[in-house]
Amino acid sequence: MAVLEARHLSVDIPTEDGVIHAVRDVSFALEAGELFGIAGESGSGKSVLTQAILGLLPNAIVTGDVLFEGRNLLGLKPAELQSIRGSRIGMIFQDPMSSLHPYYTVGSQITEMIHAHEKVEKTVARRRAIDLLARVGISEADRRFDSFPHQFSGGMRQRVMIAMALILNPPLVIADEPTTALDVTVQAQIVALLDEMRRERGTTVVMITHDLGLLSSIADHVMVMYAGRRMELGPSSALFAAPAHPYTAGLLASSPANYEAGAELVPIPGRPPSLLDTPKGCVFAPRCASALPRCTTEAPPLRVFSDGLQSLCWLEGPPADAAASVAGIAKAPAADEIVVKVEGVRLTYGGGSLFNPGAGFEVLKGIDLELHRGETLGLVGESGCGKSTFARVLAGLIPMTHGKVSLLGRDLGSLDGRAWQAMRREVQLVFQNPFGALNPRRRVGAIIGDPYRIHSLASGTERKREVQRLMELVGLNPEHYNRFPAEFSGGQRQRIGIARALALNPSLIIYDEPVSALDVSIQAQVLNLMRSLQRDLDLTYLFISHDLAVVRHVCDRIAVMQAGQIVELADAETLYRAPQHPYTRTLLAASVTTPPRHPAAGRTLVSSNVVEVA
Amino acid sequence: MIRYLLGRVAFGALILLTLSMFVFFLFFVAPGDPARMVAGDKATETQLIQIRTNLGLDRPIHEQYLSFLGKAVTGDLGFSYRNQQPVAKLIFNRLPATLSLVVGGVLVWLAVGIPIGIMSARHPGAVRDRLGQGFILIGLSFPTFVLGMMSLYLFYFLPRQSGFMLFPAGGFKPFLPNPAIWAWHLILPWTTLALTTAAVYARLTRGQMLEVMGEDYIRTARAKGLSERKVVWKHGMRATLTPLATQLGADIALLLGGAIVIEQVYGLQGVGALAVQAVANQDRPIIIGVVLLGGLFIVVANIIVDIAYVLLDPRVR
Repeated sequence: MAVLEARHLSVDIPTEDGVIHAVRDVSFALEAGELFGIAGESGSGKSVLTQAILGLLPNAIVTGDVLFEGRNLLGLKPAELQSIRGSRIGMIFQDPMSSLHPYYTVGSQITEMIHAHEKVEKTVARRRAIDLLARVGISEADRRFDSFPHQFSGGMRQRVMIAMALILNPPLVIADEPTTALDVTVQAQIVALLDEMRRERGTTVVMITHDLGLLSSIADHVMVMYAGRRMELGPSSALFAAPAHPYTAGLLASSPANYEAGAELVPIPGRPPSLLDTPKGCVFAPRCASALPRCTTEAPPLRVFSDGLQSLCWLEGPPADAAASVAGIAKAPAADEIVVKVEGVRLTYGGGSLFNPGAGFEVLKGIDLELHRGETLGLVGESGCGKSTFARVLAGLIPMTHGKVSLLGRDLGSLDGRAWQAMRREVQLVFQNPFGALNPRRRVGAIIGDPYRIHSLASGTERKREVQRLMELVGLNPEHYNRFPAEFSGGQRQRIGIARALALNPSLIIYDEPVSALDVSIQAQVLNLMRSLQRDLDLTYLFISHDLAVVRHVCDRIAVMQAGQIVELADAETLYRAPQHPYTRTLLAASVTTPPRHPAAGRTLVSSNVVEVA
Repeated sequence: MIRYLLGRVAFGALILLTLSMFVFFLFFVAPGDPARMVAGDKATETQLIQIRTNLGLDRPIHEQYLSFLGKAVTGDLGFSYRNQQPVAKLIFNRLPATLSLVVGGVLVWLAVGIPIGIMSARHPGAVRDRLGQGFILIGLSFPTFVLGMMSLYLFYFLPRQSGFMLFPAGGFKPFLPNPAIWAWHLILPWTTLALTTAAVYARLTRGQMLEVMGEDYIRTARAKGLSERKVVWKHGMRATLTPLATQLGADIALLLGGAIVIEQVYGLQGVGALAVQAVANQDRPIIIGVVLLGGLFIVVANIIVDIAYVLLDPRVR
């Protein structure tokens, strides 16, 4: 008996630009007590799908059937749907920081939900909330009941969200990217908690995520979505071992978690299609490595295989393994020349005033590092450990309290204004958020040309030529010189950031979480670009990230940072194979990896149905 | 918190001090002889000297200022010779009219502006929103005195011609003994004041509400199964309040210093009307007094807004 069954579900969202076909003909069924994973990149329709089911998208046009407890959710009146929300279907959202109301105490936000659905006395509701808060791991729940969300850490807030979703004991909980905004070690705890709670209560859980590695370890069934279509559906074990759809295979191949030393990542070329128009053939065909001529003209049939996998594709067998076809690229060994030498860098905020000397908050507690020409040094740590602050100190954006940084043998502390400005050319930064780091009102040509303007190096046509050369170098179309950042996708914007950083041929480029805001397939494109640029131009990188898999893939050496100190520094492979520091081991254990893939033994095609896509 | 408050109060006092210096010296250097104003045109030179000595006008300016300041701190704002009354008493007598106008006006404009703003924000682009936007545009572009004249014509003059008294033309009646008479006299001034300002609040509420309703925690509130009314009026409104409170504090303070146009149109004997008369008569002590009172209201309102901010937003507590 299915807890929730969706049949031919489509969601259209009218906008000023036209109708966005966010979800197209998606069917699935949840068995009681299972963990059902929905995977896909941003814009694939996975969040829209679940929110549309619950009536949380007021403007959306939803068609199809969604059966839940014997009723079709899509035919319910708003008031009926409202009584189901929260009490029968709980929701956990991605960002626990913004998903809790900042002005109300966490306790009142939970009890409010009890009162909305049940007639209970205030003290009883409070008791229930405190019990559950304690159960999800909030210590001193009694006291913390009256705390505000901002007084909790990210992980603790997500525990509160979980308690909120479970307080009325709903048979179904939908978790929309519940761990994406959290640190790796916290991610693992939250996933374990969710798993524990669902087993304890027999709750069915839908987990939406872009993280395939995470799903492979906990999901019973997985549905992979792309551009609003259900590309593949099936038992988790079969799907991850040998995906039937080229898109799933491509996603797995482009994930850095799928690591082989020295190998290039295999990105999925191109980028997701616009959801405004519906192509005649398969939506994935333009990016597909296994595409056949008919893929672009005829809608793909639904292939059902003997091991339970269902794939929306013309292929009758497993797709070619793209990962196997790419040879590893030998990397030149780093030279002995030291580009940057950091000795005992300390940074203290606050304190040191007349009244309370030395009472400041120490962010960096003595950092020693050396970077050699041509190498990539990874700096890994959880949020708040000081890694971004260190990057800013190194780039001269924040003055340090103590210590010495020398660049190309010159002590930065001893430079006067003019020499300092000249040295600025030598260190460039690429920031995390490709949407926030570029001024939306300036043209791309002007943004990339800024370094030439600021240092008065080239002007007029000469500058334009330089900028276009850089755009070419990072894989952007030089004809897009006059466009605004908003006209580019996330991955392209990060290329703009890299082009700007490259302009002055710097000795050191600091990447601060350069790919964490990007989708896996795009991530791989950018990471590969960074590597090929380094090889061709002999660049030195400092690569800051919280993602161990990414760091391992691109770095020669890795420094692990904890609470303002570097606790371990070693060659990438050494660090992964034999971590010395307990914190490194914790980090490694918490990062989820994709299971090994093997050929689909004994899989046969059972049936093929041509589906009518509305 | 207490330290923060003390700091705010000290800063407010500094502002008032600067303001008092500024107006005092401004009138000192302005043309016109205060002694002649007191004595009249027919006074002889000896009389004028006598008056100057009595009033201390012959002393150096800083001495005059210090003695003015010393008295002002105790609530003595000087003496208006033209009115033959102490300035403090004159202003104090005018406060009830201004206070009644402002308090009532604030209630009306909040009651009109906020619901219109919320309605607009909940259905952006719909007919209701367009109507709300239209109201805002009209309210913002109508000068207060035109609106005042129009309502006097429509609700006083026309009914009066047909022989009955719908609303009085103006004038202020005290709250006691009969609050109904008080309110009856104030309804037109209230609505006139409120309609123009309500537009500002409707626009502010609309913008803020639109932003808040797009927040993740509003989605959470809906996912919890709360009624739409609760989502909007509890979760949405709560987060909209802070900027409204900031604006409200500034507006009230500004009006308490004298709602000049409305008081003139409706013949309300308030602080604003007093200020207009004083300027026309070159009655310096009153002008200085009114300016300082207005400054005091603004400083106090700012401190109150700062406190309200802390109370409203747990994150800055």
